[in-house]
Amino acid sequence: MRLETRFKWLPTPITSTLLFLVWLLLNNSVSTGHIVLALILAITIPLITSPFRTKQPLIIKPVLAIRHLMLVLYDIITANVQVAILILGPTKKLTPGFVKVPLDLTHSMPITILASTVSLTPGTVSAEVYPWRECFVEGQKPQQRYLLIHVLNLTDEQELIKTIKQRYEAPLKEIFQC
Amino acid sequence: MTEWIISILLLIGGSFVLIGSIGLVKMPDYFMRLHGPTKATTLGMASLLTAAMVFFSTSQDALSVKEILISIFLLLTAPISAYMMIKSAIHHKLDSIERTQGKDNIEDDV
Repeated sequence: MRLETRFKWLPTPITSTLLFLVWLLLNNSVSTGHIVLALILAITIPLITSPFRTKQPLIIKPVLAIRHLMLVLYDIITANVQVAILILGPTKKLTPGFVKVPLDLTHSMPITILASTVSLTPGTVSAEVYPWRECFVEGQKPQQRYLLIHVLNLTDEQELIKTIKQRYEAPLKEIFQC
Repeated sequence: MTEWIISILLLIGGSFVLIGSIGLVKMPDYFMRLHGPTKATTLGMASLLTAAMVFFSTSQDALSVKEILISIFLLLTAPISAYMMIKSAIHHKLDSIERTQGKDNIEDDV
């Protein structure tokens, strides 16, 4: 896990890229004036706001991150169809349940991303993280954390935990190297 | 041709949003009701916005890409709002239906 960038003037490369793209998209143009303005905004806003932020882990493998994003987008589409079928089918046959998934991730930010992807993918909504508070003591082994999820139609608990860990958590671990 | 694409996208989007709302009415308890709106509507909104994008890109000269932003913001906010709602439901100890498994996985608030 790395918190600092190599360049002092660019504390959060992803936020800067996003600011740049969002500014161009909002103005719906790629004229020179807007590109210059977007560059100025993308560099100054993170610089000014960086003292207020808590340091977040950086993406170390960007290519893998994009591949993971594509996988999640594909899963969102299949999830929508699956949930639509579940909703239209008989309600009495659904077996909802709460499942606790043990996490290998320890930092809040990768856990947030994992929780959001779990919420957007088939039949699961993430409900809570235990323990809720992040406690990092230097030199100590970080606490084991759990993600509580609500499943619309629970058939095989172990299988579900395995899928979440392999499909969504393992790539995140590699992307952030933590 | 473009009219066909737009109408098909609008129909898909509309039916997904409708299914999400049906889920909101049909499901028996709060936790299950959350599933419809968080998922079925994201794809519905995405295809409605794609339809808008195709429409404005073909009817005007310039390419219209603002709709991508709306979809991204929706994708970002949907899980967060779902998380806020389910967390407050757990905090208020709302009842889930009888056959819910693993209720003892819920821990007390700290």
